[in-house]
Amino acid sequence: MKVLVAVKRVVDYNVKVRVKSDGTGVDIANVKMSMNPFDEIAVEEAVRLKEKGAVTEVIAVSCGVTQCQETLRTAMAIGADRAILVETPADLELQPLAVAKLLKALVDKEQPGLVILGKQAIDDDCNQTGQMLAALADLPQATFASKVEFVDGSVNVTREVDGGLETLKLSTPAVVTTDLRLNEPRYVTLPNIMKAKKKPLEVIKPADLGVDVTPRLKTLKVNEPPKRGAGVKVPDVATLVAKLKNEAKVI
Amino acid sequence: MAVLVIAEHEHGTLKGATLNTVTAASQCGGDVHVLIAGSNASGAAQAAAQIAGVAKVLHADDARLAEQLAEDVAAQVLAIAGNYSHILFPATAHGKNVSPRVAAKLDVAQISDVTKVISADTFERPIYAGNAIATVQSADKVKVITVRTTGFDAAASGGSAAVESVAAVAGNGKSSFVGREVTKSDRPELTAAKIIVSGGRAMGSSEKFNEVLTPLADKLGAALGASRAAVDAGYAPNDWQVGQTGKIVAPQLYVACGISGAIQHLAGMKDSKVIVAINKDPEAPIFSVADYGLEADLFAAVPELIKAL
Repeated sequence: MKVLVAVKRVVDYNVKVRVKSDGTGVDIANVKMSMNPFDEIAVEEAVRLKEKGAVTEVIAVSCGVTQCQETLRTAMAIGADRAILVETPADLELQPLAVAKLLKALVDKEQPGLVILGKQAIDDDCNQTGQMLAALADLPQATFASKVEFVDGSVNVTREVDGGLETLKLSTPAVVTTDLRLNEPRYVTLPNIMKAKKKPLEVIKPADLGVDVTPRLKTLKVNEPPKRGAGVKVPDVATLVAKLKNEAKVI
Repeated sequence: MAVLVIAEHEHGTLKGATLNTVTAASQCGGDVHVLIAGSNASGAAQAAAQIAGVAKVLHADDARLAEQLAEDVAAQVLAIAGNYSHILFPATAHGKNVSPRVAAKLDVAQISDVTKVISADTFERPIYAGNAIATVQSADKVKVITVRTTGFDAAASGGSAAVESVAAVAGNGKSSFVGREVTKSDRPELTAAKIIVSGGRAMGSSEKFNEVLTPLADKLGAALGASRAAVDAGYAPNDWQVGQTGKIVAPQLYVACGISGAIQHLAGMKDSKVIVAINKDPEAPIFSVADYGLEADLFAAVPELIKAL
């Protein structure tokens, strides 16, 4: 069985982005880019399933600019067998619905038994693509996974939900999106980075898949959030309690 | 055209997030209808009918909807979606699970985590963990939206809408419910609590977390929260996580104990009315958003605080 894993190239999670002064977006020139952390967990899970013998091939997919090839090389350094980049121009804002359509076309072509994606990208914070893919491909879904297990041809997924955990049983093919506690991704080693350079990476265009990727939402402006100023330091607990009672009046 | 709110409910009672979503819906224009899709959920339907500003409640009752699987709830929403200009879900684990399925089937974009309705087609939403606010406009025929509940007040009661039954429809039958482990708690729900006591990695162990923070939460009638570091370390259950990818909260008082204040944590709590930080590291970023910062060892300060309250 094949597993398809979708990965996104995003601003590294340690970078605090700055809003451009003209309000057109955030400044991502010369900032460090990395694989979206949830997608790294997705790749790790797929590779672990392969190591356990539950799957035979792990295919990493990314949609975006040429530089996403680096992200795909990272996925292959973790252990993906091959990669596909659906390349789009740098001035195109690729939105979740378009990505879901591209992935749906690849699912039709590759026929994977499982698709694993991160639950959300840490740039646009949308949390949509996996669910949209599942809907378009008419597949069952399990989002926010903390455990994935193959049982008798089905996949059992434990999900992090409000109030605790929930376990679902999905027929395959299925779509799973990862939450933080599914696994801890391995560190990529130099030999594996070297090996990844030799693995096949196919580059195609949205038109090759017959998908229209025109954005549906128009970003009118991007602003700084209202600043929350630092308050005061209090010397001791008694002062803190007095301030909360008399000044803030919250207790 | 009318606006549809997908209610969140459990054991026949309506969940609070529905009320904030109704407020957002009422700002989109048009009558507000509420869909209750569930099994034995007539209690929730009655409660929805009493929300001020709700014109009609649609109630789909079927055993297959009992576990609220995304495939089933989405199919139910799609069955009636044709009548609406806007479809709104609360941006909770459940809403986020179902909503994109509905948007994709309608071939429209979803607008996630809306914090402000500017007009019927223009909305504000946070991006980059709340470090930027984007204003987005949708040209789609239907606007599918998830609502960040902290961005909107809860709708008041005092309505008397009619409850109408709608035919239940089935999902694709490709998924089934196996089981649920519910974290039992007598405390207020995290996203609805007026006061939250939250612990970070500095708590050191789940025993210490409970031993030190539980009495403070008891004293304040507070919900308990945790940073991602504390959850990852196993000090607190996953559904206590406050942050960009966990729960977004905005209580009257947020007490952060031993939390350094990583960007992604601040994204989940910086809209709190009053923030108290107790941390022994004077450089901790949490102090940059705290109204009252106490630079102290929490293992000494928290017991002292309990005594002083």
